[in-house]
Amino acid sequence: MSAMLNGIAASNGIVIAKAYRLIEPDLTVSKKSIEGTEAELERLDNAVKKAQSELEAIREKVKVEQGEDKAAIFDAHILVLNDPELLGAVQEKVKSENINAEFAVREIADMFITMFEQMDNEYMKERAADIRDVTKRVISHLLDVQIPNPSMISEEVIVVAEDLTPSDTAQLNRDFVKGFTTDIGGRTSHSAIMARSLEIPAVVGTKQATGSIQNGDIIILDGLKGEVHINPTPELIEEYEKAAEAYAKQKLEWAKLVNEKTVTADGHHVELAANIGTPNDLSGVISNGGEAVGLYRTEFLYMGRENLPSEDEQFESYKAVLEGMEGKPVVVRTLDIGGDKELPYLDLPKEMNPFLGFRAIRLCLEEKDIFRTQLRALLRASVYGNLRIMFPMIATLDEFRAARAILEEEKAKLVQEGIQVSDSIQLGIMVEIPSTAVIADQFAKEVDFFSIGTNDLIQYTMAADRMNERVSYLYQPYNPAILRLVKMVIDAAHKEGKWAGMCGEMAGDELAIPLLVGLGLDEFSMSATSILRARSQIKTLSLTDMQELAEKALQMQTASQTVELVKEATAKK
Amino acid sequence: MVQKSFHVIDETGIHARPATLLVQTAGKFNSDINLEYKEKKVNLKSIMGVMSLGIGGGSDITISAEGSDEQEALNAIEETLTKEGLAK
Repeated sequence: MSAMLNGIAASNGIVIAKAYRLIEPDLTVSKKSIEGTEAELERLDNAVKKAQSELEAIREKVKVEQGEDKAAIFDAHILVLNDPELLGAVQEKVKSENINAEFAVREIADMFITMFEQMDNEYMKERAADIRDVTKRVISHLLDVQIPNPSMISEEVIVVAEDLTPSDTAQLNRDFVKGFTTDIGGRTSHSAIMARSLEIPAVVGTKQATGSIQNGDIIILDGLKGEVHINPTPELIEEYEKAAEAYAKQKLEWAKLVNEKTVTADGHHVELAANIGTPNDLSGVISNGGEAVGLYRTEFLYMGRENLPSEDEQFESYKAVLEGMEGKPVVVRTLDIGGDKELPYLDLPKEMNPFLGFRAIRLCLEEKDIFRTQLRALLRASVYGNLRIMFPMIATLDEFRAARAILEEEKAKLVQEGIQVSDSIQLGIMVEIPSTAVIADQFAKEVDFFSIGTNDLIQYTMAADRMNERVSYLYQPYNPAILRLVKMVIDAAHKEGKWAGMCGEMAGDELAIPLLVGLGLDEFSMSATSILRARSQIKTLSLTDMQELAEKALQMQTASQTVELVKEATAKK
Repeated sequence: MVQKSFHVIDETGIHARPATLLVQTAGKFNSDINLEYKEKKVNLKSIMGVMSLGIGGGSDITISAEGSDEQEALNAIEETLTKEGLAK
């Protein structure tokens, strides 16, 4: 039977493929007495063997696709699986207590997990996670339920999940995953950002994707309208194949603009830049005609692994991006971890309000070694292109000065060591905290540029957690309060002869672009896939008209009034 | 039974990767193989046993093997320890 779900269109495009549920199955076990221990031990043995061959297969596939380094994690898993202390204790428990194997595995595993978690060695604590993973696999075979192995996907699929965490997405194979749909999340959640950077369609926040979609169902994912069709009729499939074709044609039309500058109808130039997460994203930036990288999110270097990346490792990534952009500007944001992005190996305490807590520059100014390593890698890479460094989450001028002082110390050290460092590195900040926006005039005297991070600026200005769906109505980019803050930042930059950019979602938003052009924004950084659409839109706008429009928008009372105003003004064209 | 003592020279001790290598090596033999450290004895074929000791740099450890291939086992473990620069 066909059915449709509505969600938030988080990444453009249309795709038709089979569903793959990435969902934790129910692995609850209950204690049962058994008749024959021999049979039970054999059942256990079979489950261990199945888990073993599964792990070996995953290891092999990960080795081929992601290298020996990532595969080594599964060696540790295989050793844990075969650990005589663990297995012996389980067998002993089955025999002496006459109980079912799954319950014995769970009990013994819990004992070891507690033991390892209590050690004060970081490495040991992580082993607790290995034990949990491995025993989960054994229990799943004993219960005869399937646990998802995303790294084993080998056909084109649409991933269906409650939500996708960064470590889930790190495991997904880009060749086969053609789209995502999730129960929760919005345009700025991690899964949405990832989908845009992978250039695959996504519909998030459907509330019931996992409840309505079974493995193998045929899915139409419409990332333009935010619709998910489950087991559609042949007629609907045909209709969507046509729509996908039309979208592809539209993209070809936009593609003609790839080598053009971004200029308004009356000749005003703005820069369209791309947000990237890894050097792999560069090909998308170039094929979509990006004039710069406006935001390189370096945290992906730190995620999906078990320890901090070394200076050399980081250097290679930064160098690759700078060289790949061939002298065009690259704004690198220093480590922005915390909030919804965790690094398990740093073992930071859980916080009540992670978005208001110990994150980004706050963490870097405390954990200086982590920060220094990154800055050294950046400075060393600076000679390979046009590097701009940006500090995230700056709330006070003191924080900026402290971060700048560390950067200068590292620069002086490198120069002393005889290592070349560029002399023309621009140094700027993300403006995402209202306190910084309000005194942007003071900051503008000391920074080289601003980049407005609207996702957080809106969340902090409206005091509404952007991960909380119940307050998502407060995520209002067009609220005059936000527009006025944006204007303050742009004006402050211009007064000191500096430039102002924007790297949040708003920069690529069709309704926001006319206003931002009118407010005088110099650089718009967005998902690479939005650049050509934005360029074709900006070509139709006139700067003087947009300045008038922006003036009016600043005087509106509500976000919906602003939206009406923009729609009306742009419809006239 | 054969046994031999070693002095751990790797300053970070026997952790992560080296522990994995030692357990993998021990796993290839039939003999019972044990590691003794600070009067605690663990099965060298158990990764969790080895790691639970938290053997630091500068420690003294004793490896013992008993069984049909005890000498080969001890030799192989010695080779792993020295080749990896872990102990002498």
